[in-house]
Parts: sequence; C-alpha cells; structure tokens
Amino acid sequence: MQIIAQNLTYIYSEKTKSLAVKALDNISVTINEGEFFGIIGKTGSGKSTFVQHLNGLIKIAKNKGSLTVGEYNLSAKKCDYKALRSKVGMVFQYPEHQLFAETVFDDVAFGIKSFMPSLSKEETEKRVKNAIELVGLDYEKLKDKSPFDLSGGQKRRVAIAGVIVTQPEILVLDEPAAGLDPKGKREFIALLKSLHGNFIKTIIIVSHDMNLVADNCTRTAVFGDGKLLEVGTPKEIFSSKEKVKSLGLELPVTAFLTQELDKKGIKIDSDLTTQGFIDAFAKYYFAKKGLTPRNDALKGGNDL
Amino acid sequence: MALINVENVSFSYDKKIKALKSVSLSVERGEYIAVIGHNGSGKSTLAKLLNGLMIADDGEIIVDGLSVREKKNLFEIRKRVGVVFQNPDNQIVASIVEDDVAFGPENLGIPRKEIGERIDFALNAVGMTEFRKSSPMRLSGGQKQRIAIAGVLALMPKVLVLDESTAMLDPKGRQEVLSVVKKLNKEKGVTVIAITHYMEEIVDADKVIVLDGGEIKMAGTPEEIFARRKELKDIGLEVPLSSFIAQKLIDLGVPVENVLTEDGLVEALCKL
Repeated sequence: MQIIAQNLTYIYSEKTKSLAVKALDNISVTINEGEFFGIIGKTGSGKSTFVQHLNGLIKIAKNKGSLTVGEYNLSAKKCDYKALRSKVGMVFQYPEHQLFAETVFDDVAFGIKSFMPSLSKEETEKRVKNAIELVGLDYEKLKDKSPFDLSGGQKRRVAIAGVIVTQPEILVLDEPAAGLDPKGKREFIALLKSLHGNFIKTIIIVSHDMNLVADNCTRTAVFGDGKLLEVGTPKEIFSSKEKVKSLGLELPVTAFLTQELDKKGIKIDSDLTTQGFIDAFAKYYFAKKGLTPRNDALKGGNDL
Repeated sequence: MALINVENVSFSYDKKIKALKSVSLSVERGEYIAVIGHNGSGKSTLAKLLNGLMIADDGEIIVDGLSVREKKNLFEIRKRVGVVFQNPDNQIVASIVEDDVAFGPENLGIPRKEIGERIDFALNAVGMTEFRKSSPMRLSGGQKQRIAIAGVLALMPKVLVLDESTAMLDPKGRQEVLSVVKKLNKEKGVTVIAITHYMEEIVDADKVIVLDGGEIKMAGTPEEIFARRKELKDIGLEVPLSSFIAQKLIDLGVPVENVLTEDGLVEALCKL
C-alpha cells in the first residue's frame, strides 16, 4: 500500500480563533510500499499530527488536502476506517501504557475483536499466538498472565503484538524507543527489522534519534513548524551541518565525522550507516597506507 | 563532610526482589555525578530514596547532615534535593505555566515578590520564558518537561536529581536542558545527580556510577568506565557511538586512539 498525501493541512482548534494552531501546512509526500521511512523534526513540528492522519485518528477537514493509503481515500466522504485501521497499525510512545486487559491473550486479541469480529475462535487464537511469537515472547508461558505482571520490555512487546495481530501492511511507530535502555533499544530495532518484510511491508518511524534514522531508514521526511521541509535518503538529508542545524536537528555521528574529516581533506564516502562509515574509513586508511586489509576486515561486523 | 552520604542502603518493593543491595556512595558539594544502568538496575529506586519519597529498608542516607529516616527532616531535605522524573505529564499540576512553576515556592511560603523572581529565573534557565502564560496542556512533551524542570529549579535546590529527565526530549531540547544543568552546576554550584541512558550525557560527569542488579558494578571517571566496553555490554550498556566506532576500527586493524567524544574521534582519525 502506497501512501500519498497532497496539500494536507490541519489546524487544531480552528473554530476558536485565539487558540488555533496550524499543525500541518500543505504537506505533500509519497511513501512507497517497502520503505523503512523516517520522520524527523523538533518537538511541535507536526510529526505526530501527520502520522495520526495515516489511520484516520485525525480526520481531514474539507478543503484541507487529500490523503490516500492504498485503496483507502481518507479525504473522501466515506472511508472504511475499521478496515483501514486493521491495515495500518499504530504504535504510540510508551505503548505499554495502553495495556488494559486481564490477560496477555485478551489484550492482544482485542484488535481482532474490534476490527475482525467475524474471525473464528481458532483463527483468532492462531493469530494471537503468531503475533506474540513474532515479538519474541513465549506464548504458552505468557498468554494467561496479567500484562501488568510483566517487565517493562515485555509489556512493550505485548502492546506491539496487540497492534500487529491484525496483520497490518503498514506499521507506524511514534518514538517507539523512548525510555528504553541501550540494550532494550538494540533489541527493539532488531525486532522491527525482523517484522519488516513479512506481512508488514512498510514501516514508518517518528524518531528524534538521528543515529537510528541514519542506520535504518531508506528515506526520511523532515518536518518543521508544520511544514514538510525535505524528503530524501539519510545521506541527502544529513549532507550539510548548517542545514541540519537550521532545522533544529543534530547530525548523526557518522555524518558529523564525515563532514569534519572532509574539512581536513579526508574524503570518506559512505551511506552514513555506522557500519558503512567504519568500512569506508578502514578502506580509505588501508589505501592511504598501501596496506592490504585483513581478509575479514571489510566484511562488516554484526554486533552493532 | 559530603553533601550526600549513602551507606549500605538496601531496598525491596515486595520484600522478595531487592531493588538495591547494600549501596554506598558519597556525593560532594558541586559534583556532577552520572548514574547509569539498564532498566531495572535500581537507578530510579536510588533517586526516590535520596529525598525520602521512599525509605530504605536498611542503611542510612544523610543529606546535608540530615537523616532521611527522620520524618521531621523530610521537609528540609526536599528543599535541598529536587527530583525531576521522566514523564512530564505526571509532574505538572497547574493550568498555567507560571502557576505550575510557582507551586513549589508557594508551598514553602516564599514571599510573593521573590516567587516572581524565581519564576523568571527558572523559566529563563529552561528557555521557556515566552510560554509563561501558556497552558502546559497545550505544550509538546519536551516543552512540558522543561516546565517540570523549571518547577524544581524554582525551589533553588542544592542537589538536582534528574531521573532520565531528558529521555522524552528532542535533540535540541535535550541539548538545552543539558546545557542548563551544566551551567547550574558550574556557575551556581548546584550538585547534579543525573540518571540516564544516554551515554553521550555522561562524558562530562565528574564521576560515573554503574548500577546493575541493584549493586554498584563500577565507579570512576567516564574515561575509566568507557574503556570497559565488553563489561558494559555484558550488563546491557553501551559506550558512546564515537567510542564504539573507534573500537570497531581498532578491531579492523586501524590503529586509532580510543576516544569518548565526536570531536576527539575526528582529531584521532586525522592523526592517522
């Protein structure tokens, strides 16, 4: 499912003039099926408002642009939001705060009950089991437990299982790694990568973590004051320090290093992933010194 | 005498799992201490014990000569130790920014004129002066957190405990808060205890304490701690990305010096 937004505009409290805030201003962007798409921008730039449009949590007002997600036209008078929401999964910040049911099973199954009430009991059970296993948890061990007795990391995984249980094609995550420790974050990114490409075809991630974006995203959109400032690959977006600073953002470490080295006359060309930078620098170094790298040296590591 | 003395402190939530096991540390006036550890390592428990939000099962915590165990000391201790938590939504009480910042000083019975000055100071320190008359509910998460920090600063605490207070801010907001905290530490001599997951935030600390399973696993300068990447990884922590890149390059056979900061890495790479 491709996402096409055209001239999308959203104003909070439009009817109360003194409180009206233009959160989205004429946004036009296309997100292709298969992307790992980043959305960045400082707080209050409109990122969250934009993604809440994608499954119709925020509805488009008259004459405020158009939005289609696959076959669903969200700017049309009629749109099957139930079907859309089973196809576009939304994970908010601190998703574990949204757990509510008495057992892990009931919590995860809730999405099916709401969006696919006609599904048989057997099929529901199969899907719940599958979702819980996909997020790396033990179904038999956890299904009858209260979600509130789990650890923070497990809760977050259960919450995500509850979103992917309807087998969405698009998964939207708003700052999903907030509050995770480094290990939790590493595992979480690995989880997203493992989910990307099964039934979940497209991942859209709102993040403040430029290193995460540079390491994982195919393309990224930059929001500022409700406007879409830029869309491009991490390499394009992070090409200039001045530009990135003016957007209120930081450079990922790899881009910072690349640009600072460039000033000193050292040209390193990489895709700005951490591994890409390491490999490119090692290549530069060995060429400069006329050395042959160790056989295994440039193949890249795997403990990122 | 140290400003804060923690001696053999243990704490458990349900009498079964010990969140802290015989932890001892001392914090000198004006120090900038970073406490790191993965989720569940006991970091936040420690923060809550420091100003008596919870009382240790065993051991003693003395703040500025006052025992946290004595109920009559709590009011004085909480004037001295301000804690800012992770989620700003749980910390904001008023419907106008300036009222929220005034809440603490009002409760201390500070004269009205001085409250006004404290609000000016605190909002200025967190870069939120222009939102003085706004409703916190209409601010973004990062802005709200800066208000929560301002609310604590308005108490003019001697010790500022930040319990992952920057976790929800964007990079710019985090930079602002960090530079405010550093400034308060350097210029006003406010003692800072920063609990964080961001390895980049602890590079400038005077001392780093690593908690794991409720125990202090390591303590030392940032340089000493980050030289132990393997051990850190084993307990679920990481080194700053620049140090990671340096160490990976070394693994590949590039003889770069191991460094902690991005600027340091640029310099080290240029030397090759």
